[in-house]
Amino acid sequence: MSDTQKMVKVYVMGEAYMVPEGSTIVGAFEYAGFQLKRGVGCREGFCGACATVYREKGDYKLKGGLGCQTVVTDEMYIAQIPFVPADKPIYDMDEITPDAGTFMNLYPSVFRCVSCNTCTKACPQDIQVMDYIQAIIKGDIAEAANLSFDCIRCGLCALRCPAEIVQFNAAILAQRLYGKYIAPKSPELEVRANEIIEGKYVKELEELATMEKQKLVDKYYNREIKIS
Amino acid sequence: MKENIKIPYFPGCTLKTKAKNFEVSAIEASKMIGIELTEIPKWNCCGVVSSLSTDDLMKHIAPVRNLIRVQEMNDSGQANGNRLLTLCSMCFNSMKRTNQRVKNKPEDMKSINDFMYLEKDYLGGVEVIHYFELLDEEILGRIKEKSVKSLKDLKIAPYYGCMLLRPKDIGIDNPEEPSVMENLISSLGGKPVKWDAKSRCCGSYHTVNNKDIVINLAKGIIENARKSGADTIITSCPLCAFNLDNRQKEIIKKDHGFRTMPVFYFSQLMAVAFGLKEEFIGLDGNYIDPKPLLKEKKLI
Ligand code: SF4
Ligand code: SF4
Ligand code: SF4
Ligand code: SF4
Ligand code: FES
Repeated sequence: MSDTQKMVKVYVMGEAYMVPEGSTIVGAFEYAGFQLKRGVGCREGFCGACATVYREKGDYKLKGGLGCQTVVTDEMYIAQIPFVPADKPIYDMDEITPDAGTFMNLYPSVFRCVSCNTCTKACPQDIQVMDYIQAIIKGDIAEAANLSFDCIRCGLCALRCPAEIVQFNAAILAQRLYGKYIAPKSPELEVRANEIIEGKYVKELEELATMEKQKLVDKYYNREIKIS
Repeated sequence: MKENIKIPYFPGCTLKTKAKNFEVSAIEASKMIGIELTEIPKWNCCGVVSSLSTDDLMKHIAPVRNLIRVQEMNDSGQANGNRLLTLCSMCFNSMKRTNQRVKNKPEDMKSINDFMYLEKDYLGGVEVIHYFELLDEEILGRIKEKSVKSLKDLKIAPYYGCMLLRPKDIGIDNPEEPSVMENLISSLGGKPVKWDAKSRCCGSYHTVNNKDIVINLAKGIIENARKSGADTIITSCPLCAFNLDNRQKEIIKKDHGFRTMPVFYFSQLMAVAFGLKEEFIGLDGNYIDPKPLLKEKKLI
């Protein structure tokens, strides 16, 4: 880091630290000397492990974001949320049906939604969270699955919900129901699943599992990405 | 003759789940008499019974959001007249009450508008109406004209319940002697039954935690209808329908001598009288099978 690096002040759990301007929240934590054992994963905005709440200078709003994607601002107050306690009932996909009644049994809290839209405002993925909860209430499971498709289970919506709904787990259920009962069946999927069951990838997987770290890193970054 | 009516319509969640037969019959029967119900975009659950306590503003956000949808439809020319129609009596009651509350209490309107800063402010211009309020002389005349199957042998008990009539300043009709459902029945060619229990409470949400209360009340209501000569009861509320129709299952268990009675949504009988296809009448959604009665009266 050069001497001219501009620094900004952030408050981590209330205590002030100087960190390089342009750092992400996760970067700022680490620069300040914290070792993150929970609350960080992919660092790419995909895993949803790094839910963070913060307040910016001069703004009354409590905002939420992904720590690995949100850049710090001067005088920002930050608190990391390593884990969001959430209700997660057990169910058997063969014994439930894709309708509102299933949610009435498994996630009755969904029906307490007061349409305040706080969840949507909290979502770092810009998902219309309230709308997918409302779709569930209306029994439109396909709509709920589609609207919630980009959810990465960061949990920020559930943290802010005044009706104590666990939106992201209800969303998984909607997506599972959609996949099993509503989405058109793909014949290719079955072929591929059978190949996997028959062990087509076992050898390759073993190779990867025993590969030296640097080789694995090179292989990952040089991988072929097919965009069809 | 008046022009056709095109009106923003709030279905409510029950009409999308448990009471699909109510919605399909109402939409299809309405088409026959020149009423087009346009579902409002992105509506949310009305919240059922909004809280009556003064410090519970949160419960009024949902209805106001729906009213904003109607306001937007009017602003963009998708609708005119600033009215919002409901079929479900419960939705009607909770949305009209919220509307009245925020109109009468500007400070509550402001709190809700401030909270929903991503939405345009609600200005209080929308009027919430129930389907029955469309039934003026003109529309009743159209109903008479389209009734190709006469319900003349069908004695129908109109059940108002509470949500259409109470409290008084919300109600759509005289709370003691309402007549709008009777007028509808007569226009369909049917016989409205005079009975005592037409606005007696069905037990409402006690059906969830205190089933027995509802079983007793429903039994009393149905027996009163029977005694007054009715073949069937009609309603405009999915909760009343559940309590009066589905709860007959428990009534029979308790009282083997009990004679069951089919319960219809009013719109189902409109669809019957207009001679619509069975899929538009939705008889499979009724708990007590109404087909034997309709066959006996030569209506299907
Ligand atoms: S829906 Fe909830 S859990 Fe999913 S990404 Fe948005 S805030 Fe996170
Ligand atoms: S935060 Fe909760 S109550 Fe508010 S809209 Fe979202 S799910 Fe509904
Ligand atoms: S009556 Fe009930 S179910 Fe229907 S919209 Fe209102 S709250 Fe939702
Ligand atoms: S808005 Fe906040 S302060 Fe007001 S009642 Fe709700 S939680 Fe309490
Ligand atoms: S660490 Fe995975 S999304 Fe931030």
